[in-house]
Amino acid sequence: MVCPKCHGHMQTYNRNGVQIEQCGNCRGIFLDFGELEALTRLEGTWSQPAPPPQAYPAPPGYGQPAAPVWGAQHHEGGHYGGHGHGHKPHHHEPHHESFMHMLFSS
Amino acid sequence: MEPSGGVAARLAGAAGGRSGPHTVLADRDDATVVRVGDAVVKLHPVDTDVAALGIRLWAAAHPLTRGIWLPPLETEPGELDGRPVTRWPYGAPVDPADRDTAPWPAAGALLARLHDVPAAALPGPLPAMRGPAKAARAVARLAGVPDNPAVRAVRRAWQRLPAWARDETPYPGHATLCHGDWHLGQLVRVPAGAGAAPEEGPASGPAAPADPDAGAGDRDAFSGAPAPADGPPADGPAFSPAARPASPSAGFYASADPLPGALARTSVRPPRPAAPPYDSGGRWLLIDIDDLGLGDPAWDLARPAMWFGAGLLTAGEWAAFLGAYRAAGGVAVAADGDPWGRLDVPARALAVQTAAIALAKAAREDRALDAAESAVLATCARIAQLQ
Repeated sequence: MVCPKCHGHMQTYNRNGVQIEQCGNCRGIFLDFGELEALTRLEGTWSQPAPPPQAYPAPPGYGQPAAPVWGAQHHEGGHYGGHGHGHKPHHHEPHHESFMHMLFSS
Repeated sequence: MEPSGGVAARLAGAAGGRSGPHTVLADRDDATVVRVGDAVVKLHPVDTDVAALGIRLWAAAHPLTRGIWLPPLETEPGELDGRPVTRWPYGAPVDPADRDTAPWPAAGALLARLHDVPAAALPGPLPAMRGPAKAARAVARLAGVPDNPAVRAVRRAWQRLPAWARDETPYPGHATLCHGDWHLGQLVRVPAGAGAAPEEGPASGPAAPADPDAGAGDRDAFSGAPAPADGPPADGPAFSPAARPASPSAGFYASADPLPGALARTSVRPPRPAAPPYDSGGRWLLIDIDDLGLGDPAWDLARPAMWFGAGLLTAGEWAAFLGAYRAAGGVAVAADGDPWGRLDVPARALAVQTAAIALAKAAREDRALDAAESAVLATCARIAQLQ
């Protein structure tokens, strides 16, 4: 399957019994009919603790900001190294130090 | 080879003859930065274009950049071992241990105001912003890294950039005043009054009214610095009319005081009471003039843009920075809509630059890439694969 956004090659994955197609180039995800509902049902079965407040939460009503075609896949509300639960990094997380170092480097 | 501590100590000595303890803030191959009391002294790279550095100093000292850029203590570079030396007031940096306090909105607003400075009114000729030159230099460092797939991916991503972004041709668009190397380490906070107040007039004007932000806890950044012996040095980096850049606005500086602006005010302002550390408040200002000049203003947004694209910044952090830039009228991107049409090329260039430096450093230090470096390298690999 060819990505409708960037025409990259899409690969099929199985996530908790739901088939999704992800573009290997732009990381966009394609959902067939009923797959979003299936994922939403799965999400409802999880009992996750509420994420801690963020210093700079995403602005309400605007959704995710636009990303470049070469962008990494962002976890929901979180970022690389956030371990998949969408919360912001804490100081004990192993990647935190290298990230902060980079934000201060030429 | 002289130990770098020796350079730092002699640099501290060049800070105006004070003999006291000094703190090394940075000691890299290309630059050394030392704090002595309330002053900071920087030893610039050996290959610095001294004439261009002089013009950049004037830009940082100019009233048009007041409240945006930290003004220098002198507008002529000194010299140590054939390398230029500049002196600055100390300002408190962003706390690298506390991500939540990173001032993304202030950074966006400062860059928007910098890009709006009427560059033609500054002493000139202003040099080009050095962002593309630094990217090209970083890629050149790959020559010392053994060939491997990572190196090839970075080179492919580089080769897909337009010539201007590779520093092969001048920037073809509308150039504005730019920082040229912005990241979180390029901000310091100084107490209100330290040349930071945009609403205050030139030093020759009437005394400014009390700054509402200047609480009792604030102190003037210069008040503890250069005592008379350290002040405008009679034999120091002289205020030389011959060396002054030609400009209609240079007349502003035709004063006997070589320190236009804030330092001159210290003589007419009452001393402030002793204060808690600098980080108790004050305004954020931009620092590091080495790459300041005319170029694509989107380059100054490109590092955070690349970090966001690489997954290193959250959507909230990126939105706080970009939103503040837009709210302050920043000219690099349209006021709304998808900004990536303007950000894409410089953000790709910064990904290449960052990955190239990471590969060169990791090879030199015989180590693997850390997590952040790996994320940027993966970003380069995606860029290299684009159709």
